[in-house]
Amino acid sequence: MSHHNLAAPMQGRQRFWSPGALVLAAMALVGLAFVVARYGGGLGAVTNLSQANPWGLWIGVDVASGVALAAGGFTTAALAHIFGRHAYEPVTRPALLTALLGYVFVTLALLVDIGRSWAIWKPMFFWNPNSVLFEVAMCVMVYSAVLHIEFIPIVAERLGGVIKPLQWLNHRLDKVMWFFIILGVVLSCMHQSGLGSLMLIAPTKVHPLWYTPLLPLLFLLSAIAVGFPMVVVEHFIAGKSFALADESPLLSRLVRITILLLGLYGAVKLGDLGARGAWAYLGEGSTQARAFIVEMLFGVLIPWVMLLVPNLRQRRTTLFIASFLIVAGVVLNRINVFLVSFRPPFPEQSYFPSLGEMAITLGFIAALMLAYRFTVYFLPVLTPADKEAAS
Amino acid sequence: MKLDRRNFLRLAGAAGATAVVGRGAEAQARQYQPPPQALGCLVDLSLCIGCRKCEQACNEVNQLPAPERPFDDPTVLERKRRPDDKAFTVINRHYAGRRDDKNQPLPTFVKTQCMHCQDPACVSACIVGALTKKPNGAVHYDEGKCIGCRYCMVACPFQIPAYEYSDPLTPRVRKCTFCFERISQTGGKPGCALACPVEAITFGRRQDLLGLARKRMEDNPGRYEPHIYGEREAGGTSWLYLSSQPFARLGFQTLPDQPMPHLTETIQHGVFAYLWAPLTLFGILGGVMALLGRRNDKEERP
Ligand code: SF4
Ligand code: SF4
Ligand code: SF4
Repeated sequence: MSHHNLAAPMQGRQRFWSPGALVLAAMALVGLAFVVARYGGGLGAVTNLSQANPWGLWIGVDVASGVALAAGGFTTAALAHIFGRHAYEPVTRPALLTALLGYVFVTLALLVDIGRSWAIWKPMFFWNPNSVLFEVAMCVMVYSAVLHIEFIPIVAERLGGVIKPLQWLNHRLDKVMWFFIILGVVLSCMHQSGLGSLMLIAPTKVHPLWYTPLLPLLFLLSAIAVGFPMVVVEHFIAGKSFALADESPLLSRLVRITILLLGLYGAVKLGDLGARGAWAYLGEGSTQARAFIVEMLFGVLIPWVMLLVPNLRQRRTTLFIASFLIVAGVVLNRINVFLVSFRPPFPEQSYFPSLGEMAITLGFIAALMLAYRFTVYFLPVLTPADKEAAS
Repeated sequence: MKLDRRNFLRLAGAAGATAVVGRGAEAQARQYQPPPQALGCLVDLSLCIGCRKCEQACNEVNQLPAPERPFDDPTVLERKRRPDDKAFTVINRHYAGRRDDKNQPLPTFVKTQCMHCQDPACVSACIVGALTKKPNGAVHYDEGKCIGCRYCMVACPFQIPAYEYSDPLTPRVRKCTFCFERISQTGGKPGCALACPVEAITFGRRQDLLGLARKRMEDNPGRYEPHIYGEREAGGTSWLYLSSQPFARLGFQTLPDQPMPHLTETIQHGVFAYLWAPLTLFGILGGVMALLGRRNDKEERP
């Protein structure tokens, strides 16, 4: 797509089964064992879900956080292809891959979570346009398809020589790719905010620290804000196991935009808290109050200040720490909105995820990282150090 | 990547036009009409003697599994229960301050089941429309559509839908059916209402039941709390309650009058009316892309 593209497969540069990859495989297998148990004994056999708490860790982390953290895919695409900042193209490919794998795993997690996995196709035929969940599901489905289309050029670059129809398809796509890129951004905005509307149906159950009509806007703003930090975190993790071109200068320029985006999110969130007078709940000493403070302090304010200081932003470690905090902050926000804030009127016992739920969540994360490793091993996604040196 | 300018302009134009049309729809508030002929039940807690005959009848008409302890075992009432996947209705005993002439505390019994809301959160939430509000007032569950997402359980303000968590492949959402099949036939009554030996449960048209409740309050001054629970709660429910004790002391929640789906549906339909918002965004992004996205493009394409 551009002369900046130096991406190449990692194959031949490194071995696939590093000790880390073996650990990931082991984690994925443990998760798989619990998935088998779930299909043996039902959701009740492996989860702590109850009649009072029908949604748990999988919805909060695997689904809601998964979708939020995949936002790097559409934010980098918008930056590089729509706003014409072509300098950032080296980061669009890994971000696209993360988004693609993210949505694949969100779907897999949903499959395990819904009671009737085999019925997952039904929303395509039985529509309830009043349902927020229906809207989210439709957008996620179409967006997943769009991500696959956006990924075709990367596959074609490697395999187009061997598989001729792929080459042909890629040429065709080239002319209309602009449509899919814009469509991807639009669909993302729709379902990222839609996810935020989900809990608005339960005004009496969601803690007032989080319950606000602005939830959809806050979800959208936080997803946009977490996009670039997620790209940074991912680059550093990938760089731990592959010899990659050092993109830190590019990344620290990228996160300057995050200062604005995260600042906007934080300002709207705090402004909303003040306007609703909900800040009074911060003093009630509850789990919810503490969770809210941790979310805002470590997930928004501290990393925002860190990014603001040029010295911290430009140093590799502090750039990583700040980005990591933002990512963790958004995950905590999703956990807070879907789980911590949820107070059923007739609680049986308070919900805490079971070992099985955690094992499956960790298993999915491990499997996702392995799939990422596998893909960058065989397809040109990342820019290896030797390529950069040669250019 | 090529942005075909002609195509783009056409799209952007369509988006702009739609945006203008959409504005009107966006401003419109949500219009929802609960079924005018809704049936309901009036539960008069001052009459209920806690015999649990309604529980037994419900168990029989819905072919539910036999309970762990028999329906005439009084020890069941020692702890508070909720309806679940094996029991669609339960009776709980509350000591809410009533005393007999020897100053011994007197119990008040409360029947709990699906309220069959007039504007139900569960129906609005269900991703596939497996839950529907029928013209006769019943909130009906269609197992054939359900995917098991449990969003209905998240949404219900009364915490009613229960799930069959131990079924690995075909779990169902379970809740009081309002004996839909029975009440759809002329003269049919819900199992529980029919079984009640003291007629604490009156079945009829919701409108009439509201009248009946008011009449009972007028005819028996001082006997009842001046509140018909369910008249307005969460937008109104088909099941209604009269009580001689304050509802708050009997495990009833104080709920807003506004129907639960109001906010979500207003946002949803505001944003998606004629797809004006997504199309506008598409148009704007397309415009930006046409202006900025292709700069340096010539250098980039060898
Ligand atoms: S009580 Fe709950 S389950 Fe019953 S109709 Fe109302 S929202 Fe639906
Ligand atoms: S669990 Fe079934 S009935 Fe409940 S919202 Fe999901 S699809 Fe609808
Ligand atoms: S109406 Fe029917 S399903 Fe509902 S509690 Fe009464 S007997 Fe049970």
